[in-house]
Amino acid sequence: MVDKIPILKMGKYLLLSIQVDMHDQLALDLQEDLTNQIVKHRAKGVLIDISSLEIVDSFIGRMLSHIANVSRILDAKVIVVGMQPAVAITLVELGLSLDGIATALNVEKGMARLEQMVADDELLELARGEERDTSAKAGD
Amino acid sequence: MAKKEILPLKQETDIVLIRQRVRQSAEVAKLGLVSQTKIVTAASEIARNALIYGGGGECVIEDTARNGRSAVHLVITDQGKGIEDINKAMVDGYTSGNGLGLGLSGAKRLVDEFAIESAPGKGTRVELWKWR
Repeated sequence: MVDKIPILKMGKYLLLSIQVDMHDQLALDLQEDLTNQIVKHRAKGVLIDISSLEIVDSFIGRMLSHIANVSRILDAKVIVVGMQPAVAITLVELGLSLDGIATALNVEKGMARLEQMVADDELLELARGEERDTSAKAGD
Repeated sequence: MAKKEILPLKQETDIVLIRQRVRQSAEVAKLGLVSQTKIVTAASEIARNALIYGGGGECVIEDTARNGRSAVHLVITDQGKGIEDINKAMVDGYTSGNGLGLGLSGAKRLVDEFAIESAPGKGTRVELWKWR
C-alpha cells in the first residue's frame, strides 16, 4: 500500500493529487505533512486534486476541513478540485457540506481561482499597509 | 449467483479492502455509479465505527438478490461494548467519540435498507442493503 502522498511545490503554491484509496492513517499523515510544507515553503496557496477519489466518507471529509482550517490559520488558501459527481451527491446525502472549503471543477479553474484568492489577499494587505502609513503620518 | 465473503475488520487498512470488495459487489449487482458510491461510502462509515468504537469485527459481503433485483447485502459486526441508546446514536451530529456524528445516520440515508442491533456488552450488528 502507498504510504505517502507526494506534495509538489510550484512557486508560492503547493499541489497535491490524491490518487489512491487512502486508509485513515495515510490521511492523517498527509494532514501533518502538508501543514509542515506550508510553513517550510511559506506557501500562499494549496491545490488539492481529488479527481481520482472514488469515495469521500466523513473521515476524508473531516480531513479536508482540517486542512482548510489549518491552512487558513497559516495564511494559505486552499482549493479542492475535481470531485466526481457521484462523490458530490453521496457527500451531501451523507450530511457533509464541506463548509468553508473552496472548490473548483478542475485543476485549471482551481489554479486560476487560487491565484485570484491570493492576489486579492495581497491587495488587501497592501491597502491595509497604506492605511497604516497614512494614519501614522496623520499622527505626526 | 449468491456469493458470500467474510472479510476481517481488525485494522484501518481492512476498511480500504472492504471498500474495494463492496465496490466489486456493487459492480456485479450492476448498480449505477451513484448507488455504487453510496453503498461503498456507507460501508466505510459503518466499518470505521465497528473498528474504532467496537474494537473490530468482521464484514460479510453477499452478492444476492432482493425482490427480483440484484443486490449487495452487507453485515458488519463487532464484539465491542455496544450502543446504549440506539435512537440517540442515530441522530445527526451525535457522537460518543470525536467524530462528526454522521456515520450511522449518514450511512442509513445512503442505503435502501438499514438495520442495526446492539445492546450494552453485546456488540453491534449493522445490516446494509442496496439493490438495483
